[in-house]
Amino acid sequence: MNVAMFYLLSAIILIFSVLSVTTRKILRAAVYLLFVLIGTSGIYFQLNYEFLAAVQLTLYAGGIVVLIIFSILLTHHISHKFERPALFNLLGGIAVAAIGAGAVLYTVFDHQFVASTAPALDVNMTAIGEQLLGMDKNGYVLPFELISILLLAALISAVVVAKKGKETEEL
Amino acid sequence: MIEGIPIYHFLIVSTIMFFVGVCGFIIRRNLITMLMAVELILNSVNINFVVFNRYLYPDQLQGHFFTLFIVGVAATEAAVAIALIINIYRRFKSIEVQNVSEMKF
Repeated sequence: MNVAMFYLLSAIILIFSVLSVTTRKILRAAVYLLFVLIGTSGIYFQLNYEFLAAVQLTLYAGGIVVLIIFSILLTHHISHKFERPALFNLLGGIAVAAIGAGAVLYTVFDHQFVASTAPALDVNMTAIGEQLLGMDKNGYVLPFELISILLLAALISAVVVAKKGKETEEL
Repeated sequence: MIEGIPIYHFLIVSTIMFFVGVCGFIIRRNLITMLMAVELILNSVNINFVVFNRYLYPDQLQGHFFTLFIVGVAATEAAVAIALIINIYRRFKSIEVQNVSEMKF
């Protein structure tokens, strides 16, 4: 059951990621991206990282995709269709992707992964919270504080950049 | 870990997804679809972190937290990028990259 579910999710992820970069309607590309992100959160659920899957669903599927769809609606007509990409670009992109994927897959299959024999840690909210805000060996309080400052800076800069200034109205 | 699925299958999925994102980044000529390709790339790297964490170091949470921070950074990146895209659209009336080639105003 789990195995079949995993292959179903992988098929969804792969098919919709290819569709998302090849479709010629931009709103469809956003919806296909949404399917890819939901499939990824399904894989996180299968690996027993429920918190991470919930974060993926709320932040990516709920936040970023909605933001992208908003910006599409602000900048395009819904019926807008892209031109086909230039042949040189198309061939170049596919060649780069094929060569890169070949190299990475060769390296991955060449490598022997050794699993740790330590007993699996139970990933509950207590463990996550204590490590995320801990200052000892496995603590992540410094990146946590850094990312809070980064989020604040990005929020302010997004407002400042997207705000309509006086000088832009004159142009 | 999922019984009966080797770690390689996850890595195949994430590798193909990564390079589909790279391919999309090269062939697309629109800022928003290029942003979507970047999101695909970040997402595939997240799968790698989580799978390495679960399969190779199940007694630790490093990959889990890296993924959390990557998701946070991706959210800020998308917010700033979309603010820039909207500003570019206001100035040039287009977000195709070949039309946006001048940096001065």
